[in-house]
Amino acid sequence: MTITEYFQLLFTDYTLRTITLGTAVLGAICGMLGSFAVLRKQSLLGDAISHAALPGIALAFLITGAKDTNVLLLGALVSGLIGTFWIRGITKKTHLKSDTALGLILSLFFGFGMLLLTFIQKQPNANQAGLDKYLFGQAATLVEKDVTLMVIVTGISLVILLLFWKEFKILLFDADYTKTLGFNTRFIDILITFFIVLAIVLGLQTVGVVLMSAMLLAPAAAARQWTNSLGVMVFLAAIFGAFSGVVGTAISASENNLSTGPVIVLVATVFVLVSFIFSPGRGLLFREIRFRSNRRDLQLKKTLQFMYGIAKNHQNISHPHAIKILNNFHGFTKKSLKELEEKEWITLQGQQWSLTQHGYEEAQSLYTQKPNDE
Amino acid sequence: MEKKFAVQVDDLTVAYNYKPVLWDIDLEVPEGVLMAIVGPNGAGKSTLIKSILGIIKPIAGSVTILGKPYEKQRKLVAYVPQKGSVDWDFPTTAIDVVMMGTYGSLGWIKRPGQKEKKASLEALEKVGMLSFKNRQISQLSGGQQQRVFLARALVQNASIYFMDEPFQGVDATTEIAIINILKELRKAGKTLVVVHHDLQTVPEYFDWVTFLNVKKIAAGPVKEIFNDDNLTKTYGINYKVAINK
Repeated sequence: MTITEYFQLLFTDYTLRTITLGTAVLGAICGMLGSFAVLRKQSLLGDAISHAALPGIALAFLITGAKDTNVLLLGALVSGLIGTFWIRGITKKTHLKSDTALGLILSLFFGFGMLLLTFIQKQPNANQAGLDKYLFGQAATLVEKDVTLMVIVTGISLVILLLFWKEFKILLFDADYTKTLGFNTRFIDILITFFIVLAIVLGLQTVGVVLMSAMLLAPAAAARQWTNSLGVMVFLAAIFGAFSGVVGTAISASENNLSTGPVIVLVATVFVLVSFIFSPGRGLLFREIRFRSNRRDLQLKKTLQFMYGIAKNHQNISHPHAIKILNNFHGFTKKSLKELEEKEWITLQGQQWSLTQHGYEEAQSLYTQKPNDE
Repeated sequence: MEKKFAVQVDDLTVAYNYKPVLWDIDLEVPEGVLMAIVGPNGAGKSTLIKSILGIIKPIAGSVTILGKPYEKQRKLVAYVPQKGSVDWDFPTTAIDVVMMGTYGSLGWIKRPGQKEKKASLEALEKVGMLSFKNRQISQLSGGQQQRVFLARALVQNASIYFMDEPFQGVDATTEIAIINILKELRKAGKTLVVVHHDLQTVPEYFDWVTFLNVKKIAAGPVKEIFNDDNLTKTYGINYKVAINK
């Protein structure tokens, strides 16, 4: 199946449509909530939470003996939340830094989860096969019920986000100050963390424990490059996430046996890469262009300044001088003389240059010019 | 009749992991003073402000603001944190940060409207930052960021202001602009508690001072207690002698 065929099938094939819708919604909610994780500098929290969810899935299966997605995800939610609160507890109660706490919880829970998975595999229960899909995810197993759940949860988080927008924003920017205004920062914190955990758990079936954090971070990191407004950032991150979901699903459906989760994550990473290079404000490309044009500008002004130094010693500022006398000066090239002439700061006649009135004034004001800020 | 203090701190003790940072602080700040808290690094100056404001939980002690417990008087109190305590790369603008000062009176969920916007613009104007209102905050200089923080506190329209090193890392122009605003606030009857590092400017800027080094060394009018004796007790060196060496 080619990509074009995929998009044709999208409108007729029920399964494909379900999966695509699911990954799109998942990308959107992850991008939305991931923005908050990124801005809180809790990028790695997502990684720890998703790994911490694994034993919950295994335990839920052991207890119920059934492979009902909702039950398994409920288990994931519970153990993800326990992991999160342990991390918070460790950083609060001990001297350990948060990266250490994250690492500890991540490996502890993941190790325990893997142990349970191997234990389950040795059980005679015929149902046991396929639990390991939660490691790397399997979008193909998405059914309408799963997608409905995703849509509902996304809707609820959107409402919460809009309701508590102001509170989330101020907590993210300045938590101490928020407290002095009388807000219960603990409540806001728990609320936002809960929804981040929820988004992660939702994605486990599709993207899997190992790669889930990328779904959370990549769209947000990409979005941050394009805007200086929190609202726009969250919106863009949701769009980038949704696009990664759709494009990733399309690519994996067109190539045989390409696992959807990793492809989605790779597409999201492409968004990040493109944003890092091409975004106008913060992108590397434009920064380089700005840098070069500044340097070019500086070189021109240096040459002009030198000419000014010569010209101001004459009664007539437009008295012609030989180009040769500029030679011992580093800033001068044929090209820069041409550019100076284009700006009408100087005139060139054969081997001679002379300053114009405009160029003279420009050079004079170079030293007195105030920098833009302070 | 018992005099009502702007801020009254009783037996305040704070410790980080068994090590006392503040020890049994009793402090009374009269209404309408511009007070400096001075002391060496690690003396607990910021901690004192933060525990008065409930950001840090003290082991013991109580705080009353204008005669009532702090929790009931939050609306009367504004806070200017240290500039370095937040990430200035946060995606927001100067006016947005100032607007956060109105969030407390708005309460939960309600969004700022025209009234709040107008108040915030006025506050920005007071600190001379109106032309930067839509500037992304990371593109402001250190002094400008400090002014934005000050504007955010101004918009709270409080009676008592707590400021944590508002002069840190700002140039002379900004320092003068800020101290003029502080003096104006005092003239309007507000009380200001300011963590301050530059001892040279204490007599010029402030009328009240608290010497702090884990314990309270002294507190009172600058004219009466800002002397070598208290400086030596607080800093452990003869300050005047050391500086003139």
